Amino acid sequence: MTLQALTKPWEPMSYGFLDGSAKREIRRKMIKAIAVPGCQMPYASREVPMARGWGTGGLQVSLTLVNPAMRVKVIDQGADDSVNAASIRRFIARVAGTPTTMNTLEADLIQSRHRIPEEVLREDQVLVLQVPNPEPLRPVQPNMSIARQMHADADYGRMWLQLYEQIVRSGRVMQGASYPSLVHGRHVMTPSPIPRWDVPKLHMAKHLTILSAGREKRIFAVPPFTRVEPLVFSDVPYKVEDHAELTCHRSGTRGYLMNEIPQDDGSSLFEVSDSEWGVKAIRRRDGEDVALGETWYKNGKMPS
Amino acid sequence: MTLTLDAPRIVTTHPLLQVRNVSKSYGSVKALRDVSALAYPGEVLGIVGESGSGKSTLLRMMNLEETPDTGSYTLDLPDVEGNLFDLDRFARRMLCATRIGIVYQNPHLGLLMKHSSSGNVAERLLVAGERSFATLRTKATAALDASEFPLDRLDAPPIELSGGMQQRVQLAKAIALEPALLLLDEPTTGLDVSVQALVLDTLKRLQQERRITMVIVSHDLGVIRTLADRVMVMRGGTVVEAGLADQIFQDPQHAYTQQLVHAKL
Repeated sequence: MTLQALTKPWEPMSYGFLDGSAKREIRRKMIKAIAVPGCQMPYASREVPMARGWGTGGLQVSLTLVNPAMRVKVIDQGADDSVNAASIRRFIARVAGTPTTMNTLEADLIQSRHRIPEEVLREDQVLVLQVPNPEPLRPVQPNMSIARQMHADADYGRMWLQLYEQIVRSGRVMQGASYPSLVHGRHVMTPSPIPRWDVPKLHMAKHLTILSAGREKRIFAVPPFTRVEPLVFSDVPYKVEDHAELTCHRSGTRGYLMNEIPQDDGSSLFEVSDSEWGVKAIRRRDGEDVALGETWYKNGKMPS
Repeated sequence: MTLTLDAPRIVTTHPLLQVRNVSKSYGSVKALRDVSALAYPGEVLGIVGESGSGKSTLLRMMNLEETPDTGSYTLDLPDVEGNLFDLDRFARRMLCATRIGIVYQNPHLGLLMKHSSSGNVAERLLVAGERSFATLRTKATAALDASEFPLDRLDAPPIELSGGMQQRVQLAKAIALEPALLLLDEPTTGLDVSVQALVLDTLKRLQQERRITMVIVSHDLGVIRTLADRVMVMRGGTVVEAGLADQIFQDPQHAYTQQLVHAKL
């Protein structure tokens, strides 16, 4: 047996940019995270050619999961065409040779910053959420050693205290994004800074969601068909953003999460936040034969 | 012989609290040496002694914040069995959260200073599993009212309150779940005399109305004399004298106790 037969020919970089041992570690941590839903698993977050805080955690998971047959979609705050989304999409395509798409229905792997698409995801799709602050207890317990003990003891009283304080001071729960949610009745997680509108989409979803924080070096997961329940008081129901009656001024779609665009005269226009959903609605309105998937929300309401 | 309702009394032969032969060292410093204590249901045990005598260490052990090198601790309560020092962290936390209340000398140890006062009380109810906002609000208000906290300041954070008010919030938090045992670590130290008297009145009233077993630690003999049915005098980590309050104050046996009582008088 020759040395040449035992070694691989020189390559400028590994497939999918990350080296084999990095991918192996991330895969193992993902399996652990899936086995204990909502529990944060530490990992040795590698350097990638992007600044920490710009989605390096999500990117490492995507690069670990990706294979040449996968179609990759990248979303940034609902938009497929923002600079960050375009850069990450192009980078993954370049280092892994994968086809890319903006169509949610066509995608196998969706990396997202702060949104879940409006179309229902399937069992064969994986959603990777970028997470800036993975620790939901950080606002109530700055000492991370104690926070880990609190997770171990399911000691989440102070999370409710935070909600109590918001109601006392403001008359309602003020938590807009990163709404703390109980996963599988055991661990409280932050579902990344997705809006409240998107949190119910994780509950008993068919798809696998992996959440990864590169700067904070933590991976956690919501496996398919897992309970994800926002923390609420028994007599103060969970409320999503009041967007059910708003209409997108470009696509005419109604009953989805909107971006507000302030106007010079003090009024506001609204634009559907999931840009690809809006594009598909416009193309369909213009007579193209475009497939629209089933949406989580029906007429602005999440079916119970 | 009949006893009036507010008279000190022992209604059972089984003590609620029993600490036996507890010793604790911190390096070469022996904080407690073979200390035993007991308190019967509904009575107030006062622990008095100079700074460094081990009284606060003993109180922290009763709150399961410390584990001794040797010794045992039992509480005669339903579902609470065996030596409590053998409990794991989770069981200790749940026992302290539901059955034992504590008021610290320093309110910063017992309160979240930037949360509302009602929120501080609600936290204790939340740990015990209460999840209705309306019930939390009602019970927190009732506990603060029982502690004679002014209800127009219900949602003021403790950091904006006076020392006396902060102690009342601590007290409300401690009694919110009707604990079987209330531990008080120098609850009036640092307060001016008039506020001290008000806090002591509140404690006395609560003890008479609810018959909570209390353990109060103080270096102030006046405070102990006002509240305690039974007194333990500590010095250098040991108990030098223990007995009924009247007996200790009227006929102190140990030279150190005599010195304390006479110095006070």
